Amino acid sequence: MKTVQFREAICEAMSEEMRRDESIYLMGEEVAEYNGAYKASKGMLDEFGEKRVIDTPIAELGFAGIAIGSAMNGNRPIVEYMTFNFSLVGIDQIINNAAKIRQMSGGQFNCPIVFRGPTASAGQLGATHSQAFENWFANTPGLKVIVPSNPYDAKGLLKAAIRDDDPVIFMESEQMYGDKMEIPEGEYIIPIGVADIKREGTDVTIVSFGKIIKEAYKAADELAKENISVEIIDLRTVRPMDHAAILTSVKKTNRLVVLEEAWPFASVASEITYRIQDEAFDYLDAPIKRITTADTPAPYSPVLLEKWIPNSNDVVKAVKEVLYL
Amino acid sequence: MKKITKQTYLDWYKDMLFWRKFEDKLASVYIQQKVRGFLHLYNGQEAILAGALHAMDLSKDKMITAYRNHVQPIGMGEDPKRVMAELYGKATGTSKGMGGSMHIFSKEFGFYGGHGIVGGQIPLGAGIAFGDKYKGSDGVTLTCFGDGAARQGSLHEAFNMAMLWKLPVIFIVENNGYAMGTSVDRTANHTDIWKLGLGYEMPCGPVDAMNPIKVAEAVDEAIQRARRGDGPTFLEMKTYRYRGHSMSDAQHYRTKDEVEEYKKIDPITQVKDIILEKGYATEEEISVIDKEVKSRVKECEKFAEESPYPETQQLYDMVYEQEDYPFIS
Ligand SMILES: Cc1ncc(C[n+]2csc(CCOP(=O)(O)OP(=O)(O)O)c2C)c(N)n1
Ligand SMILES: [Mg+2]
Repeated sequence: MKTVQFREAICEAMSEEMRRDESIYLMGEEVAEYNGAYKASKGMLDEFGEKRVIDTPIAELGFAGIAIGSAMNGNRPIVEYMTFNFSLVGIDQIINNAAKIRQMSGGQFNCPIVFRGPTASAGQLGATHSQAFENWFANTPGLKVIVPSNPYDAKGLLKAAIRDDDPVIFMESEQMYGDKMEIPEGEYIIPIGVADIKREGTDVTIVSFGKIIKEAYKAADELAKENISVEIIDLRTVRPMDHAAILTSVKKTNRLVVLEEAWPFASVASEITYRIQDEAFDYLDAPIKRITTADTPAPYSPVLLEKWIPNSNDVVKAVKEVLYL
Repeated sequence: MKKITKQTYLDWYKDMLFWRKFEDKLASVYIQQKVRGFLHLYNGQEAILAGALHAMDLSKDKMITAYRNHVQPIGMGEDPKRVMAELYGKATGTSKGMGGSMHIFSKEFGFYGGHGIVGGQIPLGAGIAFGDKYKGSDGVTLTCFGDGAARQGSLHEAFNMAMLWKLPVIFIVENNGYAMGTSVDRTANHTDIWKLGLGYEMPCGPVDAMNPIKVAEAVDEAIQRARRGDGPTFLEMKTYRYRGHSMSDAQHYRTKDEVEEYKKIDPITQVKDIILEKGYATEEEISVIDKEVKSRVKECEKFAEESPYPETQQLYDMVYEQEDYPFIS
């Protein structure tokens, strides 16, 4: 085993895959000479050269389209968005082309491409720089959406994403790049679409994904002091979603809280809630609770931001609510 | 254009120095973590604002820019204390603490923001000009953006429609050499950004933007054209930023010598030299201005420090005009 930062896990996944497959390249703003805005591609220009590690102008629509076009013609691009907030400039290419080319062409063309970069808030960056679009992308048939929460998962899942023959949205976090964890020395792959039970428990299930899951861990530690046993499921992949894992857990605990850093309306939490009430209605001992950001754009002021973003206290409160405590 | 007089030089010196020191103060309170998020400073680029303001008629002309936006509203008349308070996230800020560093707005003084998505404000600027033309006002909108933003598709769509409809807009690219760590020559196969106007037959050209006189002349000509109803102009302001892109930039992409070269043609120093040379003020009189500037900046800091944070309910007060909008809670 060895200890790596999240950003190193990302870098290793990309580099290992690029070593075994010539058709893969990395493209995006500041990915080459600057080593990545968050240093997730450190050293890659040196190793692979400028043919395969490509700095772009600030032109998110154009380079998304160019990458998708090349994927239709034999490449397997990795496109980095400096953050997914900026993917909105290029989202037409992702939704209208990457997600649809295969079906519209009757399966003649596929689109093996990964769009990756940080999602959600990262401190006081204001409304345009604090958004989470997991549910937007996950709403789109044709895409797969992965949101890892630790370096081990990130590496294994990114390798799976790069090897996948369909378009994958892979979402990280500025606030996780420095996280450290032990991972195996050698190569490993984590399959897309499989959730992971991060903590086993018996009283209540919390489903979450991405960096906000850490608030669930903190809450679980607090609740353990009161002898409340929490099971935490990390979705890891949002689309396709591992409903079976959630279902199995809910059948055991009979109570469900979903924690998501995104707006509440039509959120991933809403989707989970629908499916569980549909398939496990009789197992539920309490209504499902979801914890999301406030139903507003992100504010800048620290006092408002703190209120806007979910924290472990919100989780503790929701867990107690579903336990009628 | 208004004549450039002794008073103009003295005002330019005082204003540009104030903007510079205001930004320096922000850098220092950022390090103390009183201001958070991203912080992009304008140091080195002040002549663009100084020159443009000389040519503008602030009773009707407007401005919009990107996130390097703290001093433009101040130049247009906004109280710098409120700008500082916004960066502190206080209730007394220009956006009551909702916007932060990248999103300063001042409707009262014709400043339309403060935009964080690169290139997003370019069509907006054309749209503000559309509004003026529609109303029959002869106001002109200065639409500012960086060299990096000039590579966005939004520029091309906006240029085309602005020419097609002869909108009273001046597109100003503040070419400071870099978009984050990417130099201009690494973003296109030629480095004369002003030439992007040629394909649209938009009047265009480069400007020595370390010199406020050159800026004022170029902007004045463009404003006259727009006021006459002859449509847009595209100006490439050749400038330089002294500080990193934002506060977390190690600046490996350039040398210290390069920065020092530009400091030799610093706009504030250039203006100061003219003032001294022409005898518009003595060294002593200038040091009085310097002291005043320093104490005004200090006042801004004090105001921001002492201002209250917003009430948490404010989170829901700013999203919709509708007062009883049913938020999901
Ligand atoms: C659409 C979009 N893409 C990327 C970014 C990240 N970003 C912020 S500033 C910047 C560089 C812009 O450079 P330039 O336009 O030259 O302006 P300058 O910072 O030099 O004033 C980048 C890439 C963003 N904010 N929005
Ligand atoms: Mg620039």
